[in-house]
Amino acid sequence: MNHHPTVQPSTDRAIAQSHFRTLRLGTPFQPRIDALALKNDWYNWAGYRAPHSLWDEELEYFSIRSQAALFDISPMTKYRIEGPDAEAYLDRVTLRDVTRLKPGRVHYTAWCDDEGFVLDDGTLFRLSPTRFRLCSQERHLPWLLDSAFRFEVSVEEETEAVAGLALQGPTSFAILRDAGFVGVERLKVFDLAEFAHDGATLTISRTGFTGDLGYELFVPAGKALSLWDRLMAAGELRGIRAIGYTALNRARLEAGLIVANADFTTAVHAVRANRLRMPDEIGLGLMVDPEKGHFNGRRAILEARASKKLRHVLVGLEIEGNIPAEHAIVYYRKSQEVGLVSSAMWSPMAKRNIAIASLQRPYGDTIVDDLWVEIYAMRELQYQKLMKRAKVVPRPFIKLDRRTANPPADF
Amino acid sequence: MKAWDAIVIGGGHNGLVNACYLQRAGLDVLVVEKNDWVGGAATSRELTPGFLYSNCSYVCSLFRPEIMRDLELPRFGLQVISYEGGAVFTRDGDYLANYRDHDAHRREFARFSKRDAEAYDRYSRDVTRQCRFIQPLLMRTAPDPTSFKPRDLGELLYLGRKFAGLTAEEMALTLRFWTMSISDFLDEYFETDVIKANFALSGIIGTALGPMSPGTAYVLLHHYMGEVDGSVGAWGYARGGMGAVTKALAASFKASGGTIRTGAEVDHVLIRNGKAKGVVLAGGEEVYGKLVISNADVKRTFLKLVEEKELPDIFLRRVRNFKIRGSSGKVNIALDSLPEFPALPKDSPVYRADMHFTDSIERMERAYDDWKAGRWSADPFLDMMIPTTLDPTMAPPGKHFMSCFVQYAPPRIEGRDWTGADRDGFAESVIAQIDEYSPGFRDRIVHMEVRTPREIEAEVGLTEGNIFQGELTFDQLLFNRPVPGYAQYRSPLSGLYMCGSSTHPGGGVMGAPGRNAAAEILRDLAKPTLHMSPAHDVI
Repeated sequence: MNHHPTVQPSTDRAIAQSHFRTLRLGTPFQPRIDALALKNDWYNWAGYRAPHSLWDEELEYFSIRSQAALFDISPMTKYRIEGPDAEAYLDRVTLRDVTRLKPGRVHYTAWCDDEGFVLDDGTLFRLSPTRFRLCSQERHLPWLLDSAFRFEVSVEEETEAVAGLALQGPTSFAILRDAGFVGVERLKVFDLAEFAHDGATLTISRTGFTGDLGYELFVPAGKALSLWDRLMAAGELRGIRAIGYTALNRARLEAGLIVANADFTTAVHAVRANRLRMPDEIGLGLMVDPEKGHFNGRRAILEARASKKLRHVLVGLEIEGNIPAEHAIVYYRKSQEVGLVSSAMWSPMAKRNIAIASLQRPYGDTIVDDLWVEIYAMRELQYQKLMKRAKVVPRPFIKLDRRTANPPADF
Repeated sequence: MKAWDAIVIGGGHNGLVNACYLQRAGLDVLVVEKNDWVGGAATSRELTPGFLYSNCSYVCSLFRPEIMRDLELPRFGLQVISYEGGAVFTRDGDYLANYRDHDAHRREFARFSKRDAEAYDRYSRDVTRQCRFIQPLLMRTAPDPTSFKPRDLGELLYLGRKFAGLTAEEMALTLRFWTMSISDFLDEYFETDVIKANFALSGIIGTALGPMSPGTAYVLLHHYMGEVDGSVGAWGYARGGMGAVTKALAASFKASGGTIRTGAEVDHVLIRNGKAKGVVLAGGEEVYGKLVISNADVKRTFLKLVEEKELPDIFLRRVRNFKIRGSSGKVNIALDSLPEFPALPKDSPVYRADMHFTDSIERMERAYDDWKAGRWSADPFLDMMIPTTLDPTMAPPGKHFMSCFVQYAPPRIEGRDWTGADRDGFAESVIAQIDEYSPGFRDRIVHMEVRTPREIEAEVGLTEGNIFQGELTFDQLLFNRPVPGYAQYRSPLSGLYMCGSSTHPGGGVMGAPGRNAAAEILRDLAKPTLHMSPAHDVI
């Protein structure tokens, strides 16, 4: 029984031991963000130290809507999916028809387990005919690898290797142009293109999470700081500001977008079976393409549709008054509990009190009248209880022409 | 002659929990304990000056918080402290750690496999789902499926409804969980050997089965459904060693007027006309009681303390066949200084966690092969920890108590009894293994307590030294624990009850058997149970 530790572990593995000393990693942009984080108001984003707010969450929000805001999206999970079968593979894994996603395009999609329950939503970037990048909130490597059985495709997690930035707001286009990214004006919404930066390749897509004119930039981690500096220099005269998540979260709610594990529970994290959701139950039913051939969850979803077993529906609400209804219970006729608000705010752009809520069908689906929310507003250690009328409204809550204008405007 | 309202045989944690609840219900209760101290397998003893050992059980998670609250154990000195996850040392000079921080845990696993690192969430979800199914059953008496009493029907219905409330997928998983081997179960989530070995440990602890034996997946579950103050699945140290649990129980019992007699070994239960009337102590003294409750395991209770002629044949046969096989031993070590492990960075939190050296399922299974052949494992599986890294009360500053749980150790060596030389050989297999990963370890040893199944049975009274008072395999759980028809803490003899870990829901220093038995006894006496908190909600 001699198992003396004579063999040495691989150097990479040994070097990586020290991670226990840094429970929250910095992103490749951390030196710049730390310098701007006047509030030191951090949260944990997938193991990274990310700012809630850098100096003032309201002013940070207005910089999205008036100038341009720089938001570090590096902690987002990223997978590089490549190979001759990459298209067929992703078509099988995700809900939307990937054969219609042309190289140089991005689409918002979601994917399900075999029971048709949503594992996550995310964005799929088609970088070339055979190369994709899938970005998401949660991690899915075992699922993606298991699903790759019999496809000629490689799936690699590249979260740490690739740094990401969102540049969002009316002057975002002008900043990229002034920074010297020639041809960026040709990008339409959901287009992507590659540019040279500091001896490396930078991917810019006209995408974002704000409902505003905006772009997302992906660069090898080693070139992150030079990219940040290039954008900040070019944006100096156009009001560029770095922002934290609170501001971005407001913009995304106005845009009517949902967040995994905030507006719905992803299947891998749903300990309680009744928290599982099919695409139709979280407003993603339109993504499901029953005509495209088999994909994970297809049979279960179609069965649930046919047998009317879809129990929930996700809706946009407009609530009277101006008190945000976050996590308020939704009632029918002020008495019957029919759902829960997951995100809510007063929208500065819509000048309305808006919310995203999950309701039990038929409420929110065929019965949309006489809905109420009960708001518990804590004011100086007392709950002010308010029963406010809620109206189901379409999302997004705001539509900005500048988001889709071609060519994009200077501001 | 005084007749006590109840006599509890054995001052282990379940006996004391039972006694506390009965005393607080107004009964006049006597606990008789053969040793000169109470505690059973939850003791802390000073065997060498300045060092306290947790002599048998060594960590705490399953002990029900409802009991701690009801019996005011914090007031009587009980504190349970959570500790960092743990690590498996690998033979190539590295280690795999389990960190409490979710992302650190993932990054650590990613050092070995990025895929397995991301598989942990699904594994954790599935195990949590199963724990949530079983947890509410711990503090309920299992129904008798052959009875038509309204209460049994009600409990059966409760079980049935819980089961029917599962989705088809969960139901399948539940049945698989109760019957699969831990090795097969882990194969469904992970592909890296050391990661599987890391989780498999909880599936074989205290069990005379290998990681490839069916039924071991449930044993893992049993170790996951505890908590430390709401942190589900967490394990902690009892401050002052596991004896702190029984010390607090004994103090609580005495404070409510209970009486404990130590050094009072029971020779047999006094039975008149098929009814328990008290106990006869080893010296011949008769102690009378209206009820007798045995904290001893089911074999010791009915094969040693009760005459055969008093018991029905089928019951006796089932008790004889009850699986309570010795499979583990314990080595407690007093250390002059903190051992160093060159594989671990000096500031690693793993020093304050549990450590293992078995880095593959295969090695575990081979260790089990030795047990089957009637030998202690040449390459044993250790669950090793140094509680004094967090608990300043167990050793002088700078000195340490190390607890090593050792598996496998058979109840007999190739068919004969253990000898002193066997015990030394067993200890050497442990020290040699540690010394390989911690050069100079031997030189730090000040004192050592080596406990094979022989010592555990002789001192604590656990048959074959089985730490759970009977295997936690599905054939011996719920209404089949300990034997069919007698799963409700009663025995074939009027006035004789069971309250040890041989009964539902089993061992692991849970206290639930003692509490549930008290509830049944008080029901028979038509006494109120308002002093017993209902089980905490699982929401």
